[in-house]
Amino acid sequence: MTAISYPTETVQRPSRVEARPAHPLRDVVSIAGRSLRAVPRELETVIPPIFIAVFFFVINIGTLQRLTESHIQGFDITAFMLPTAILLGVTGVSRAGSLVLDIQNGYFDRLLLTPVRRLAILVGLMLADVAIACALMVPILGLALGLGVRIESGPVGAVAFLLLGCAWSLAFAGFGYAIALKTGNPAAVNSSFLLFFPFLFMTSSYVPRAQLTGWLGDVAGWNPVTYVLEGLRSLVTQGWQLAALGKALLAVAVVAVVSMSLCLAALRGRTRRG
Amino acid sequence: MTSAISVDGLVRRFDGVTAVDQVNLEVERGEIYGFLGPNGAGKSTTVRILCTLLTPTEGRAVVAGYDVAAEPGAVRLRIGVALQEAALDPKQTGVELLRLQGRLYGLSRAEINRRLGELAGLVDIGAALSRPIGTYSGGMRRRLDLAAALVHGPQVLFLDEPTTGLDPVSRARMWQEVRRLNREQGMTIFLTTQYLEEADELADRVGIIDGGRLVAEGSPEQLKRSIGNDVIVAQVDGHTQAGQAAVRTVPGVRGVEVHGSELWVTTGDGAAAVGPVAAALSRVAPVRNLTLRTTTLDDVFLELTGNHIRAADPESDQRDLGVAS
Repeated sequence: MTAISYPTETVQRPSRVEARPAHPLRDVVSIAGRSLRAVPRELETVIPPIFIAVFFFVINIGTLQRLTESHIQGFDITAFMLPTAILLGVTGVSRAGSLVLDIQNGYFDRLLLTPVRRLAILVGLMLADVAIACALMVPILGLALGLGVRIESGPVGAVAFLLLGCAWSLAFAGFGYAIALKTGNPAAVNSSFLLFFPFLFMTSSYVPRAQLTGWLGDVAGWNPVTYVLEGLRSLVTQGWQLAALGKALLAVAVVAVVSMSLCLAALRGRTRRG
Repeated sequence: MTSAISVDGLVRRFDGVTAVDQVNLEVERGEIYGFLGPNGAGKSTTVRILCTLLTPTEGRAVVAGYDVAAEPGAVRLRIGVALQEAALDPKQTGVELLRLQGRLYGLSRAEINRRLGELAGLVDIGAALSRPIGTYSGGMRRRLDLAAALVHGPQVLFLDEPTTGLDPVSRARMWQEVRRLNREQGMTIFLTTQYLEEADELADRVGIIDGGRLVAEGSPEQLKRSIGNDVIVAQVDGHTQAGQAAVRTVPGVRGVEVHGSELWVTTGDGAAAVGPVAAALSRVAPVRNLTLRTTTLDDVFLELTGNHIRAADPESDQRDLGVAS
């Protein structure tokens, strides 16, 4: 028979603490910090996107360089493909997968039991997404510079390039969060990746829009990714083109309005107590 | 004295199904209140209302002085909750989880550090706090969940089936910790359970819920007394009539029934009566076996609802006294 022993040491008498609502910014930073700490423990969530982006970047350059650069005067396929690689890398990168796991294992309820603002949970996760997207873009940009790409808009343009990529990543991430909050189902969140295909391939990812023919050219004209790509490309190949940048920002804003509206509605539904 | 929890006419319906039906209860400050019932009785729904995760369909609940529907934020600051499934993030370490809890409750870094030191001892997790939670055993996860519920020094602690799924050793440790929290910190504890021993061991008062309705309330002893008697079962092969006559004269005996070769002796206090009953029987008949069956909360539950509730262990409250002839 095994004897059961219990801790017998004198337990320190608890000190008096007073719970109070934290500052909203502290709520956001706390949630974002938790998400960022998880990244090194979940490398499987960040390695595939960067691998896919770099893989297609290199393969597409190798495949298309001779064909395009010999037929289009002054065309730089590496610079042209850089925004495509960036969007491949950061579109769909979000902590929506971890949010749905929180919902499933009850940790989301634990968060709701604290005084944390409900919106701060979402904003904190998105803040982490922005940091992750930025971190994913830097090596791709570095690789492009290493391959001889010159950013015509200069260092400030490179920063603007990263910010625009982050803004797009955040706008698209809203769909993943909306699905996570609405369904609480990991499979549904994973399938949100499918949204990515029409967005990223029915556009000027591989050839300039003027080269697209028939229905694909028409669809590309309605696809917001077309304008994001053209805005990013303008920073790399042309310098500061305010019209292109304006259209890119407008495209991001349109997608963000749709995705964030869905996301906030799903958050309200998930945290509704009635 | 203000109640720590006051519930008045609480009703909760889900798509027309009534999960909690006109529940009224009061829990005093510093009390351990056991909420006993089988699966699906409405225990967890009641807890989720009291800790602000759900709003009542009807009725009112006040926790730590604040209405759960009208002032959920004020309630959240004053309660700690360990839900039925330990709600933990397996990728975080124990320390990271507790620190995050502290930050979300607005504690300063110094306060969090101090509380971490106290909680590590209180829930006896020690060095494992720096390990990822995914590596914890079930008992450790429950204790960490309890620590997370205590970071901010709540006035009222809700424990929703805190020992379900735990092995007997972990269950005993959890009971020890619950008692310690109540004794040393005067914390009000609202404990739901489907285990009889748990309610009997820990609770100052027990409420029995069945089909969403509170069907009885009182201290475990009051509830047991309310439905009757202890039973002494004596096996007296072939001498039942003589034994029955002899036992009837024993003070405290309320009745004697013959069931085959057994005598069932009912009494208000089995422990006091078992000696005299054994002595009276030994004068007229050889007693092969004598068993005292005390009233349990299961008997109370059976009497009130017509159903049995489960015991935590296969070991029942029936004690074989080992009297043999």
